[in-house]
Amino acid sequence: MVLNLLVFILAASGVIQVKDIPNDDGSRLKIEYRLPESVFDSAFLYRIQGNKKILIHKVANSSGVVIDEGLNYKKTYKYTLVVYSDTLKKTYESLMVKPKASWFDTSQFPLFIVVLLYTGLLLFYIQHARSGKSLYLRPIAGLQAVDEAVGRATEMGRPILYVPGLSSISDVATIAALNILSHVTKKAGEYETKILVPVRDPVVYTIAREIVKESYYSIGRPDLYNENDVFFATDSQFGYAAHVSGTMVREKTATNFFMGMFWAESLILSETGASTGAIQIAGTDAVTQLPFFIVTCDYTLMGEELYAASAYLSKEPLLTATLKGQDAMKVIILLVVGALSILNLFGVHITLGLF
Amino acid sequence: MLQKKIPLAIVFIFGVISILQYFVPHPLSQAYYDTMLKWMIGVGSMAIFLALVSFIRHHQVRLKKKEHAPYSAVALLSFLFMTLVGFIGGMGPGSVFQKMFYYVQAPLQATMFSLLSYYMASASYRAFRAKSFEATLLLITAFIVMFSVTTFGNYVPGVPKALEWIMAVPNMASKRGIAIGVSLGSIATSLKIILGIERNWLGG
Repeated sequence: MVLNLLVFILAASGVIQVKDIPNDDGSRLKIEYRLPESVFDSAFLYRIQGNKKILIHKVANSSGVVIDEGLNYKKTYKYTLVVYSDTLKKTYESLMVKPKASWFDTSQFPLFIVVLLYTGLLLFYIQHARSGKSLYLRPIAGLQAVDEAVGRATEMGRPILYVPGLSSISDVATIAALNILSHVTKKAGEYETKILVPVRDPVVYTIAREIVKESYYSIGRPDLYNENDVFFATDSQFGYAAHVSGTMVREKTATNFFMGMFWAESLILSETGASTGAIQIAGTDAVTQLPFFIVTCDYTLMGEELYAASAYLSKEPLLTATLKGQDAMKVIILLVVGALSILNLFGVHITLGLF
Repeated sequence: MLQKKIPLAIVFIFGVISILQYFVPHPLSQAYYDTMLKWMIGVGSMAIFLALVSFIRHHQVRLKKKEHAPYSAVALLSFLFMTLVGFIGGMGPGSVFQKMFYYVQAPLQATMFSLLSYYMASASYRAFRAKSFEATLLLITAFIVMFSVTTFGNYVPGVPKALEWIMAVPNMASKRGIAIGVSLGSIATSLKIILGIERNWLGG
């Protein structure tokens, strides 16, 4: 049977076109094939890699596109398409092609421009603040109440509980929570009020411990630092909720701060705190947990207010300047969304390539 | 002084590289990203040791306080027991360690989670007291949403449409508003840290 086969090798016949896929790491090639014969028994597409011949696709139609993945951008590849019909075997070969590894993803160019624009705006306002011009910040009730909350704990002679969320350090909300922790610790230190910081993540624990320690040092009260006040509770989500709830009930904390990222445990924590009569300030960017905090806490920092807290509490011009930059960017986004929505009404659909 | 300058320099260099890395699909960029992830795992592993020391020390101190002693004793004994069981019998399928996880820890976690339903009821009661215009609006909205997902509510004319509108228009609009603010806020926070303007993570 094999002897009866006629073998054709049609190199670079245009039957197989191999193209590099742009904006990738050079691990993919696009193979387009268009067979001259519309009827055949079977056909197979192979990748020729050195001496190896690897089957990558079983061809069903006379034309099509195949994406070959898992390639190396340093190597050169060739493809062959073997077509069997009756006693005939035809082999079509492609040219040698080397996939290219891109140094810039051009599909992300609009996003890159937005990042540059936003960074430029922030730097502009930072420079503006350096010139000494004062910037207005709208009052945020939750942040104005921080002093009151710390003062209440001092008056009652009870500790403050600070929960820096349950997420890891790679979460920006956790970083924002740790920034606020520094301010709250300094304020608590000034009043000589104990602050308890139970932590769920080991990395966050080590950072929180250093922040509390450094904050006491910065106000000249290193004697107030107790290494057992910042502690690793457990990495179990509900184990942590049980631990913190128990601490609130037994330690009778006067003020509870819930800042950072929270999941289903948010209501367990804040409702337990509410039942103990503690004043509670929460802040999270988790949209699904915000309603629970709003219902159970005295003050809630919603979304971006959590990120603004550090600037607001420190009143440092350079930090407040970044808030102005954010506001300016929001105005730009609002104008762009408005303009695109109006255009959309007239049948002009533009997405700016950002989505 | 160097204690702060060196971490700030490290954060700036790696912060800028990490931003650029997002836009560079080249394998070298991916290799950098993978290396960073491995470093994160490595640093995390070292932090686990410190965290365990903290856990033991914290409960050790609490053992001396009457109101905390029983809970801390349970925590320490459970920790020691699970450590010994894990080291001696292993953690594979059918081991005591795994059985303890499935038949003790998992039900305990489920119990804590189920408490949520009671907390939700009491929180809802507080939220839905129609004391102000906003609270009344919330009560009406919540009623429509809850009613429309019941079997009966689904057949009342207009109710499923009302649910659809509430979820797609006011709910979605507010969620998107928060999401835009959160995104800009998180980028600004990251930039503040990279540029060394925000230093509170170093203790102020």
